[in-house]
Amino acid sequence: MNNTAQYDVVSIRNDFPILDRKIFGKPLVYLDNGASTQRPVQVINAVKDLYEHNYSNVHRGVHTLSQESTNLYDDARVAVRGFINAACVHEVIFTKGTTDAINLVAQSYARPRLKKGDEILITHMEHHSNIVPWQMVCEQTGAELKVVPISDKGELDMDRFAELLSEKTKLVSVVHVSNALGTVNPVKEIVDASHAIGVPVLVDGAQAVSHIPVDVQKLDADFYAFSGHKIYGPTGVGVLYGKEKLLNEMPPYQGGGDMILSVSFEKTEYNALPYKFEAGTPNIAGVVGLGAAINYVQKIGLGTIAAHEHGLLVYATSKLQEIDGLRIIGEADQKAGLISFVLDAVHPHDIGTMLDAEGVALRAGHHCAQPVMDRYKVPATARASFAMYNTFSEIDVLAAAIVKTIGMFS
Amino acid sequence: MDNLRELYQEVILDHNKNPRNFRKMETPDGFAHGNNPLCGDQIDVYLRITDGMVEDISFDGNGCAICTSSASMMTQALKGMSEADAKALFTSFHHALTDKEEHPEDVPLGKLKVLTGVKDYPVRVKCATLAWHTFDAALKKLQGNISTE
Repeated sequence: MNNTAQYDVVSIRNDFPILDRKIFGKPLVYLDNGASTQRPVQVINAVKDLYEHNYSNVHRGVHTLSQESTNLYDDARVAVRGFINAACVHEVIFTKGTTDAINLVAQSYARPRLKKGDEILITHMEHHSNIVPWQMVCEQTGAELKVVPISDKGELDMDRFAELLSEKTKLVSVVHVSNALGTVNPVKEIVDASHAIGVPVLVDGAQAVSHIPVDVQKLDADFYAFSGHKIYGPTGVGVLYGKEKLLNEMPPYQGGGDMILSVSFEKTEYNALPYKFEAGTPNIAGVVGLGAAINYVQKIGLGTIAAHEHGLLVYATSKLQEIDGLRIIGEADQKAGLISFVLDAVHPHDIGTMLDAEGVALRAGHHCAQPVMDRYKVPATARASFAMYNTFSEIDVLAAAIVKTIGMFS
Repeated sequence: MDNLRELYQEVILDHNKNPRNFRKMETPDGFAHGNNPLCGDQIDVYLRITDGMVEDISFDGNGCAICTSSASMMTQALKGMSEADAKALFTSFHHALTDKEEHPEDVPLGKLKVLTGVKDYPVRVKCATLAWHTFDAALKKLQGNISTE
């Protein structure tokens, strides 16, 4: 059953204190990692240590604590650079999260450039956070939003993508891994096709970076966005990677402290990258925690994690397919570790409550991807999403709890 | 899971499977669309009002077992009731699901009492009250229409 025998899931689980929780007297089976992962003690301690020993504001004081905090903050940026293989450290902008990163690009890159007749190309499987910022830009500029359709299996229609990509397209923004379907999109192919006609590409990597290795240079993405809390780090912090040339051409997103070199009432000179895009006191502890999370993930190795999660996905898919009246939504050939499903007899919210009583935490709802729900004509789905600490026996608990749920409702 | 029997009582599961008055009304006097944006539950409530009485009420849409059964039981409870009594029942039902304090003025809930188990599951309270809020909106729209005429 466990085909990744050398993978030490027990010692990984020991790093995550919350996994000891009991829910209604049952061991917690945490399968809501797509919404947010849990944090290892290394991340918790990094934040705790910062507050207990080193904390002050960054890039400000000459005193010891400010210097130490600044060093820890800057170390995290170095860790992120290495993690995604950005060409340089100042291409890493800290944001509040993926949503904030996409809005930054929408308002600072797209809005000043776009005009009536221009198009932004997204896909049908985007999270609301990769739809609404572009709708706002379209309203502001008169540009039009175009959407690449998806197949019944949950894969992008690449023929339609090729047709929709035109000289009118000014930006392509695409999700790397779908949060509602699990589909891993051919982002490299999309980037290459877009670049062939000079169109930049933003990749929403919120669901990708904790599951598959990402090399932004190899991918050649112009922008890449992700969140800290989906990769075992704190909430309220995320990353926008952008190519230096593009970031330099963009005006600041927000004005304030830290993003300036000098301010007078006549003229303000903006700071260099990355500070130009980090107005105000940043989420210092969040950034430090994110750095610790990335170090933790890299210590285990994303390749190893991906192999383990793929094993979980394959096993869970076969277990769930055995259940009568269960339909998996999203059956792409390339999937990351999540399964969206519906039951004939039980609404997803009821599944959520029933499974909670068995200690199983999963997500029930539209996953902030209502167009995906509409596409498959379901009001919502239940979603089990896996992380590095999940086990094969937890999949067995999930499957048994689903069977029990169906029994109660029939 | 057995501890959920209190929440998912047989009568609730029955109304979920076979919802009563589950139909679209072609020419209703009152109508409202209810939507829980957090979970995507959608309910339409249709009203026919004659001389201040709920002559007919129906619903359709898509929701979880709590939402569907609550809507179904609501239509049964409200049919034949005066608008004032219906409002009082809504208030009492709402109190029973959301309020710790006793409200001496509340009216008896009758069969709706089986839904009060939802109180122990705060995230599901909105499922049980969606149909009622939608009914209330339909009634208010209707009264609004009447007063402007």
